[in-house]
Amino acid sequence: MELLLDSLFNGVAIGSVLLVAALGLAIVFGLMGVINLAHGELMMLGAYTTYVTQLIFKLPILKPFYNSYIIVSIFLAFIVSGVVGILLEKTIIRKLYGSPLETLLATWGVSLILQQFVRSVPLAYGTGLIISLLIGLFLPTTFPSKIKESINFKYFKFSSWIFAALTGVLTGNIISSSVSKLSRASARNVDVTAPSWMRGQVEIIGTAFPKTRLMIIVITLISVVAITLFLNQSAWGMRIRAVTQNRQMSDCLGISTEKVDIITFGIGSGLAGVAGVAVSLLGSVGPNVGGNYIVGCFMVVVLGGVGNLLGTVLASFGIGIMTDLIGAGRLLSIWPDMPLPLSNTINFFATTSMARVMIFALIVIFLQFKPTGLFPQKGRMVES
Amino acid sequence: MRISRRILAGLATASLAVTATSCGGGGTSGSFDDTVTVGILHSLSGTMAISESTLVDTEKMAIEEINAAGGVKVGGKSYKIEYIVEDGASDWPTFAEKSKKLIDQDGVPVVFGGWTSASRKAMLPVYESKDAFLYYPIQYEAQECSNNIFYTGATPNQQSEPATDFMYKRSPAAGGDFFLVGSDYVFPRTSNTITKAQVKQLGGKVVGEDYLPLGNTEVAPIISKIKKALPEGGIIINTLNGDQNVAFFKQIQDAGITPSSGYYVMNYSIAEEEISTIGPEFLEGHYGAWNYMMSIDTPASKKFAASFKKRWGADRVVADPQESAYNMVYLWKQAVEDAGTFDDNAVREALVGQKFDAPQGPVEVMPNHHLSQTVRIGEINAEGGFTILEETGVVLPQAWNQKHPSSKGFACDWTDPSKGEKYKL
Repeated sequence: MELLLDSLFNGVAIGSVLLVAALGLAIVFGLMGVINLAHGELMMLGAYTTYVTQLIFKLPILKPFYNSYIIVSIFLAFIVSGVVGILLEKTIIRKLYGSPLETLLATWGVSLILQQFVRSVPLAYGTGLIISLLIGLFLPTTFPSKIKESINFKYFKFSSWIFAALTGVLTGNIISSSVSKLSRASARNVDVTAPSWMRGQVEIIGTAFPKTRLMIIVITLISVVAITLFLNQSAWGMRIRAVTQNRQMSDCLGISTEKVDIITFGIGSGLAGVAGVAVSLLGSVGPNVGGNYIVGCFMVVVLGGVGNLLGTVLASFGIGIMTDLIGAGRLLSIWPDMPLPLSNTINFFATTSMARVMIFALIVIFLQFKPTGLFPQKGRMVES
Repeated sequence: MRISRRILAGLATASLAVTATSCGGGGTSGSFDDTVTVGILHSLSGTMAISESTLVDTEKMAIEEINAAGGVKVGGKSYKIEYIVEDGASDWPTFAEKSKKLIDQDGVPVVFGGWTSASRKAMLPVYESKDAFLYYPIQYEAQECSNNIFYTGATPNQQSEPATDFMYKRSPAAGGDFFLVGSDYVFPRTSNTITKAQVKQLGGKVVGEDYLPLGNTEVAPIISKIKKALPEGGIIINTLNGDQNVAFFKQIQDAGITPSSGYYVMNYSIAEEEISTIGPEFLEGHYGAWNYMMSIDTPASKKFAASFKKRWGADRVVADPQESAYNMVYLWKQAVEDAGTFDDNAVREALVGQKFDAPQGPVEVMPNHHLSQTVRIGEINAEGGFTILEETGVVLPQAWNQKHPSSKGFACDWTDPSKGEKYKL
């Protein structure tokens, strides 16, 4: 019983990391059909946001609230990655709808740019830049409609970008002068330390579980529930689903497909940021952190069936449980006196490297029989 | 139009000036009769850049020190050392390509370079076919002895063997079972083969091993295997690479695998630089084995650390790989001065037997192109350094490991033409 519980927990823990990472991709790739190879780098931005938030919360003014920085950083990471995602959509991806190969290449290029960006720009100024983007993109939308419709709106827009740039430079300088670790560019990996209440283990029914793993499971659960509610209950969610099913018809019926695209892409990217917070709790934060997850993300989305959230959820937990089952050689402890050839085979695959090989092999075999994944999409795709 | 052209021209000159200064090599005042240009080849971009750039910094510092002391004196003339830095980009074929460029195009007499075994293996054929000389500064798995490479890092018998011995006989977990964890590439696998043979000789037991593919940070299956194999604690030998250590130590601490519950990790790839990245709070109480540790309390060691901090910033640390890189520049200079020429073959002959008062203590170049070194075992402390527990005398390097089944009974000697790369003892 204890063994089963332990194995199940491990599987769910591994699966929830995969799920939280793939969730944003399931939206962007699944609903919009955009192959976003920069998804991993949006995760990386989320992870760096956690790091920056952690350092800012170490400042004397915010020190009393240090323990809650991880909660704050979840929201900040969502915003940061979301804003970068929106910028990406507005400048690059929008021009490439309907040409998947070009999108693939362009987003791969963006991923390289983002990696190099965190290597060679001091994080303080990076934060400043994000703040400018945030203000520049959203300040004009808050103007009263009278101004928006006036002929001089472009001047208002322009001046709000100037204001944004100034605020960005100012915050960049303030952060850089108050947190010395952020004032210099460095390719070095950095480290996010979980607050003390999240370290160590909790005991549930006689088995000890690491708290960070539980936290990741909670983050994943909340993200999945929130996104499901949003897609199924809110007006914008309905519009997103409508555009996914039939773009032209939705356009005719007065849904602004442009806006829908921006929102979908923004949310997908924002979720990547949340995933970044989760993975920063497990390992170190560096420019390459996203690249380690991107293949797994695509694997989960394809296995689950493109465009289906339930499929993504089941696929990631399935892969998680299989990884634990094979990688830790669980079958041997469940059935200790199995025939020798069988136990030798299981032992052979009971290393992390070989377990991965085995999982990929199983997925390839599975996709031979069900090429569209667990739950194939029944509606029409964006581009068809 | 004219203005923009002018701006372009200005930009071009500016960038030229930047490249000129960045490639031109440092050096201080003083009059020299001539200059000699050496090659420095490490990754300045990609995953390995974090580690390898520290070596570039150290090598630059050593060259500047030599220049400040009057340069290299060959045949009554003093030469100022200049250097060309090339970027291996964490990509092994690039290392081979850049080596060719440094040898053929720039005509450098020596290249200081490399970190990973993969990069060394990629460069080796280049240096052998062109009969050029590479100085390689990293502790590695050995099982190699090239006439065209000079290895200043530790061989397994100068690091992992004394460390395993310490863990089994004198650590708090003495007599316990072993679990081996490593990244999935050549160094951890070779090192663990040697460790397994040694543990068997000592009468201990290796109860499990696992390898994490490079880039993978999911340690949960390994943790459950460790808990199953070592329920009451024991010895973990860790050869994980780079940032995988962060994931490993964060997650094992959360899973309760800590020194206070009887699990002691001996690390072969964690030096001061890595401790500060991972965070001492995750590593305190675990062990490391190196030839050089920053906490060595000798004037030479303190001077090395102080000049590095003075040159590159007070928050910087020095560690074993940097010390090896520092030593190799000085050993090359001494060999060139003894040979009286920059010619490869003469320098190679003069190199064997060179002695140097290194920050770790005296080192000497052996006939197998490796260094005799001192081995130290340290416990990682809360300040992010090592508390040195044990210090061996000078240990001679074994290019062919005597515990590895494939190389037992073999040795290497380049001073005797009849022996060479691999001969039976």
